[in-house]
Amino acid sequence: MNYLENRKYVIQAIFLVVGVVYALRLFYIQVVDSSYKQAAETNAIKTVIQYPFRGLIYDRNGELLVQNTPVYDLMIVPKEARNIDTLRLAQMLEIPLEDARERFKKARAYSWVKPSIFLQMLSTQDFAHIQDNLIDFPGFYINARTARGYPHKSLGHALGYIAEISPKQLEDTSYHGYRPGDYIGKAGIEMEYEKYLMGKRGVKYKMVNVRGIDKGPFKDGAYDTLSVAGQNLVSTIDLELQAYGEYLMDGAKGSVVAIEPATGEILAYISAPFYDPNLFTGKDYGKNYMQLLQDPDKTMFNRPIMADRNPPGSIFKLTQALIALEEGVINPRTQFACNKSLVNCHPHPSPLDLYGAVQHSCNPWFFQAYRALINQGKSKNTFTDTSLGLKDWREQVLTFGFGQKLGIDIPGEKTGIIASTDLYDRVYGKNRWKYSTIYSLSIGQGELGVTPLQMANFMAIIANKGYYVTPHIIRSVGENGKPLKENQERHYTSVKPQHYEPIIEGMAEVVRAGTARRANLEKVGIVVCGKTGTAQNPQGPDHAVFVAFAPKENPKIAIAVYVEHGKWGGQSAAPIAGLMIEKFLTDTVTMKAQEKWVLSREYLNIKSK
Amino acid sequence: MPVEQKVLGGKIVQPSSRRQSTSVFGNLDWFTVLLYFVLVALGWMNIYAVVYSPENIVNIFSFDINSGKQLLWIGTGVILMIVLLVVDYKVYEHLAYPIYGGIILLLLFTLAVANPVAGSRSWLDLGGGVRLQPAELAKFATALAISRFLSNVSLRQQNMKDQMVLAAITFLPAIIIILQNETGSALVFGAFILAFFREGMSPLILIIGGSAAAIFILTLLVPKLYLLIGVAALMGLAMFLDYRLMRRFKTMIALFVLIIGMVFSVDYFVNDILQPHQQNRIKALINPEADPLGYGWNVTQSKIAIGSGGFWGKGFLEGTQTKFDFVPEQSTDFIFCTIGEEHGWLGSTILIGLFMLLLMRIVYIAERQKSVFGRTYGYCVVSIIFFHFVINVGMTIGLAPVVGIPLPFFSYGGSSLWSFTILLFILLAIDANRNRELVR
Repeated sequence: MNYLENRKYVIQAIFLVVGVVYALRLFYIQVVDSSYKQAAETNAIKTVIQYPFRGLIYDRNGELLVQNTPVYDLMIVPKEARNIDTLRLAQMLEIPLEDARERFKKARAYSWVKPSIFLQMLSTQDFAHIQDNLIDFPGFYINARTARGYPHKSLGHALGYIAEISPKQLEDTSYHGYRPGDYIGKAGIEMEYEKYLMGKRGVKYKMVNVRGIDKGPFKDGAYDTLSVAGQNLVSTIDLELQAYGEYLMDGAKGSVVAIEPATGEILAYISAPFYDPNLFTGKDYGKNYMQLLQDPDKTMFNRPIMADRNPPGSIFKLTQALIALEEGVINPRTQFACNKSLVNCHPHPSPLDLYGAVQHSCNPWFFQAYRALINQGKSKNTFTDTSLGLKDWREQVLTFGFGQKLGIDIPGEKTGIIASTDLYDRVYGKNRWKYSTIYSLSIGQGELGVTPLQMANFMAIIANKGYYVTPHIIRSVGENGKPLKENQERHYTSVKPQHYEPIIEGMAEVVRAGTARRANLEKVGIVVCGKTGTAQNPQGPDHAVFVAFAPKENPKIAIAVYVEHGKWGGQSAAPIAGLMIEKFLTDTVTMKAQEKWVLSREYLNIKSK
Repeated sequence: MPVEQKVLGGKIVQPSSRRQSTSVFGNLDWFTVLLYFVLVALGWMNIYAVVYSPENIVNIFSFDINSGKQLLWIGTGVILMIVLLVVDYKVYEHLAYPIYGGIILLLLFTLAVANPVAGSRSWLDLGGGVRLQPAELAKFATALAISRFLSNVSLRQQNMKDQMVLAAITFLPAIIIILQNETGSALVFGAFILAFFREGMSPLILIIGGSAAAIFILTLLVPKLYLLIGVAALMGLAMFLDYRLMRRFKTMIALFVLIIGMVFSVDYFVNDILQPHQQNRIKALINPEADPLGYGWNVTQSKIAIGSGGFWGKGFLEGTQTKFDFVPEQSTDFIFCTIGEEHGWLGSTILIGLFMLLLMRIVYIAERQKSVFGRTYGYCVVSIIFFHFVINVGMTIGLAPVVGIPLPFFSYGGSSLWSFTILLFILLAIDANRNRELVR
């Protein structure tokens, strides 16, 4: 042959080189590089989250507070939604044409072929209206899911709400497992008990084709998990009492907190003005939320646990007396003259013992008792002596739950303020202040801030004669119905039980014959022990406070009522407390005159002196 | 192109160690036939796998789906091959020019009357839903004409006129096919260069052609300056190693200037001469990730499908990427993805091995022909099959630009299957009768 025949080897070599190169390339793509496998999964396997039913919330009597209601999201697949009469669509959905166009644009920007939400959270009524017309709009369909519903419109501040998880939360590792668009508790019980309420999400792996169309379960569902419904919660709230309290507070501003003293269970939790929690469930959630957030009455301010800048006023005299008794600087028979040169007072008999001082809320009496408590002569230097006295006193005040978070199961609780040596040292300089600087503490004014919750808790302490159980609004989680362990511990104060007796006697007198006669329930056989207060308010009329517990023997309810600009506790706050106590203890309201007086809101119009 | 003339050795009959038979089937190269049927059967099963859906299982034989239709094409293909084998083998040589002429006329006719399908005017509607793509038939016709021309005894090696005629035979159908807007099919005709090489064409043309293609692709991949430095270094090295090149210093300089010119004209060529869809195919080859949803879609999805197969593959009918339409044209141009996904590296490599076997076998068959006509035709066949294989598999794994040409014997489609059947079985017919041929 010849040299040309050898060329067959060249040609065969070319074939083989290509074959080997291709086999190597395939080995790289198929075996070495795993990124193609992941890409294939994201391509063809769609993870469908099975949302569990969120746990329900009941009141202490089994009344449903929070339920799940069906809502409907209008979904769009832009690719299929061509040649749509946008104007007609906008009219049908009752949204502005511009808005509809915006939503189209948004959906298209998200994906041309994948479904996205066009309009979310349509009510059942909207759904019924739209469904019949939907046939004229290809590419649109309805996706049903559940949202929260509140059958009683009560307790908004305590229940909180759920909303879409924020981008910031998504970045936070403690929210691991949430995805964009998930709903999460944003406030109140919904937030605090999120992990119980949310349940366990299930995952379904579905195969989809290139157009996102379902092609059945992946591996026949071998990797799928079922969703587990969230756990139900039983609240300590008495819905009837709550609703009645809201009825009384409607139109006023302030707080009402009622606690069962023996257990720390919260019976009523009112922050006025309040709002219908259903406002946060519908499609207007965003609009409603912004409106409430911006309103001048600060509706979204969770007053019972957040309003900690206001001094407690006269109710704090009880704390002072208790500590003074414990320290032995006074006894129930100790008398002080009503010396108005020390501090201003109102007309009443003088001199008074402890019972009378409580009954008449005598300012000079407590000035002198507190001075005895603070300046015990532990140091010869009056500055040092005051400082030492204040330090001891503060330690004891903290055992009453003041100046710290009580640990209620509602997020956002504030600590309040209790005057400290550090504070005065900072303001006046070390050893530059003495009793004359701080005496307003004696009557609950000055460097003091107490939340309404702390006031109610204080009443529970007196009712229990020396201890409190951490106030809580959820009694049990899940089906077993057992109280949560963390809510059973008793916190004892520094004051021995016997010292509470004279205070309780004095408080009974306050209601029977003192400043809080509007809370008197002797007609129905209930002895109410209470104390009025006035919190000075530089911005306007003083705030009115009334704290109480009842019955005197074996107390069932401790309550704090705080009415902003209510001026005198006895006029505005006391009747509300009285009515609620009667409602709770007897299930009826006989004091119709008081109710009428409360609802008239006349006390808000009384001219200040 | 010149053909080395064989010297008459006076031996009319081959040494009789080989089996002699008067029947064409007795002398048939059954190994190649077996390879043919293995490839066709595998192709058929994969065509079924593409349309298989667990929710809606259709029998593989159903004429409602591609696999059923393909079976029809396979069946008629068998009839076709029997006809090709029993016809007097001399016909192919004697009628090579009339067949070629007829196909050229058919191509022109198609160009004139065809209704555009996706921009292509290459389909002839035969009625009853059957369509024919004459461009597919042009391959074997051109191969016959080239073989006939090269077997001409009076052909002279350096004759300019003869070279022009050969080029005309080769590229006339390609030009008509380009006019039909089937550039991919037209490129196939460039594959005959391998056959020409075997028959005496200067290897320089192969080397220059290969180098030009390499420089073209590298220009798109590598910064121009680096590329030129690299080329200069390579040329310097070549001159250092081979003193003959050193003597042609001026030629080398001229060549380098030519390369510089080429490098700088690539941009112009890509951006201003190529049509947008052709530009995109080049961009997709270079960097499909730049636009994975646009021009990079085919390549990206095809690589994902193949890459997800792993070593063993997902199993027959278990593929998700090919089944759920992520890969376009899966039954035809991207059928290799189904193999890659469902049968993994093992299956892909076995398929490549099968093709290698077939190519090697055809080279073997070609070399044992006594006639120049038979040998040249054999090389034409292997060139076409090889070109299809390189481009079709290469584009699915990102090593070749996306050119819409089928995988021989494998892809769905009657025109394609018939065309390759005719191409191969004419060779087998000639081969079966090789002993009746006198050595010239």
